[in-house]
Amino acid sequence: MTVQDWFEKRKEAQIQRRALEARVEIEANPDLWTKCVHCNAQLLKKDIEENSMVCPVCDYHFRVSARTRIEQLFDEGSFEEYFGDIKPTDPLDFVDTESYKDRIAKAQEKTGLNDAVITGIGTIEGHKTAFAVMDFDFMGGSMGSVVGEKVTRIIEKAIELRLPVIAVTSSGGARMQESALSLMQMAKTSCACARLDEAGLLYVNVITDPTFGGVTASFGTLGDIIVAEQGARVGFAGRRVIEQTIRQKLPSDFQTAEYLMKYGQVDIVSPRKELRDTLANILSMHEQGVQ
Amino acid sequence: MSTAFDFEKPILEIQKEIEKLKQMSLESGMDLNKDIETLEHEAAEFKKELFENLNPAQKMQIARHPERPKFLDYVNLMCTDFVELHGDRVGTDDRAIVGGLAKLDGRPVMIIGTMKGKSTKENLEYNFGMPQPEGYRKALRLFYHANKFNLPIITIIDTPGAYPGISAEKHAQGAAIAYNLKEMQKLKVPVIAIVSGEGCSGGALGLAVANKVYLLEHAYYTVISPEGCASILWRDASKNLEAATALKITAPHLLKFGIIDGMIKEPMGGAHTDYEVMANEMKSTILNALSELDGMSGEDLRNQRYDKFRKMGSFIE
Repeated sequence: MTVQDWFEKRKEAQIQRRALEARVEIEANPDLWTKCVHCNAQLLKKDIEENSMVCPVCDYHFRVSARTRIEQLFDEGSFEEYFGDIKPTDPLDFVDTESYKDRIAKAQEKTGLNDAVITGIGTIEGHKTAFAVMDFDFMGGSMGSVVGEKVTRIIEKAIELRLPVIAVTSSGGARMQESALSLMQMAKTSCACARLDEAGLLYVNVITDPTFGGVTASFGTLGDIIVAEQGARVGFAGRRVIEQTIRQKLPSDFQTAEYLMKYGQVDIVSPRKELRDTLANILSMHEQGVQ
Repeated sequence: MSTAFDFEKPILEIQKEIEKLKQMSLESGMDLNKDIETLEHEAAEFKKELFENLNPAQKMQIARHPERPKFLDYVNLMCTDFVELHGDRVGTDDRAIVGGLAKLDGRPVMIIGTMKGKSTKENLEYNFGMPQPEGYRKALRLFYHANKFNLPIITIIDTPGAYPGISAEKHAQGAAIAYNLKEMQKLKVPVIAIVSGEGCSGGALGLAVANKVYLLEHAYYTVISPEGCASILWRDASKNLEAATALKITAPHLLKFGIIDGMIKEPMGGAHTDYEVMANEMKSTILNALSELDGMSGEDLRNQRYDKFRKMGSFIE
């Protein structure tokens, strides 16, 4: 056991003890407390937040919003949003059990975002980069016209300014409510990646939980380097669809970041707390070609 | 004659009547030609009316008809001297994607498509037209070959989607498709894509980043199969007809949204009723498209392809 491991263990034990001692307190202040969805530990919300939204007991990585992700990754005050005014429409007048218009309005209210991605430019430990960060809370991070357009524009901006691009994905796939228009965003963003390739600029994917379907099958896996966040579920087809197709149970680690690493699909599996350093390190080694 | 659709039953009824009249006329020696002609005319009119006003669900039935012409039927009817090129060169020959060199009107082309079977045995061989990542990688190898030797690329797509399975995920189905999308953009030769039946999801798009994209009259092109969409949004796969309608998956809508460049007319009753007419129609569409693209440089072709997909989408700012 390294010294660091020992400290970690001790910290965990302390938190657990605090949690056990605090039953009475929980009843008095239920808003301050939550349960880890993975290990069931009683935790102070503050303790999770201060720990990068990672369970201090079992290391479970909670999903984070695009805004939180940006705060975690970029140097304070360095981030400048681009193309934030682009908003979705309802080109098909799509209605399922609920209208697309209502779903958009609800998602916008819930997240405070216009659509499921934030694009911009910022620095990571001083290294300047363009980025796209997806937000799973906005309609499952689905890619419709707005996500496709913003990702394409930020790549084109990066080519113009000769910057690397980092895409942090979290998405259930293409947005069904825009049908073929969503499908074409896969082509559009991938064509932009082709130009990024030819411009000789670095593209890094950070795959976070969950990344599936149309995003996996387009800009989400076209990076020169692919980093998956620890514990992320990543794939093309969803687990349920595969189980229904092949009529057998899938292994529990199926489609996890660690599974993908084993099968040669990702370069690095990184815990959230190391992600910023990992990206800074990668960026620092690709700056020779960049003006 | 091939299996009739439910919605064709009224036509079959009229045809039965016609047969009866013919029989009667033979047996009795009465001249019933006038009545027979009237009925035949009515049947033809009715059929025309019916096929011009099919709903998306009915089109789906036609697009999935087991006897619908398959990729190799088109190759045999449109081309000569086909040489199939097998395998991804790293371990697999996925049969769900077939491709090779052929001559179209005497001109060498690379022709690649998803392949379905007509019998259970054939369908098992072609995995019901659902490619594995290895199939997309085979296609990519053939794209590169065409690019090297300046051959136009023609793709014909009829797939319910890329295969969802354990091995497909292990071997990066998503990334295989993504890589094709990116690399197709870089090609310096004309690329023409035709969705001839089912055009479902990334599995179809993986062969369709083209300069010109066409859809057969009763084919459809969609982000997700109507069944998949229904089971997610309606939580009930049997709502697939509602989903097919809501997804606006047929040629008129796709033309309106700028997704396809044109619709290829099918023979009355659907492509399966007359392979030769269908193949001729497809061939003349391809030749016209090629003559439009022939004057363009490699760089022009890439730019045209980029701009074409760049424009797709609907948003406000």
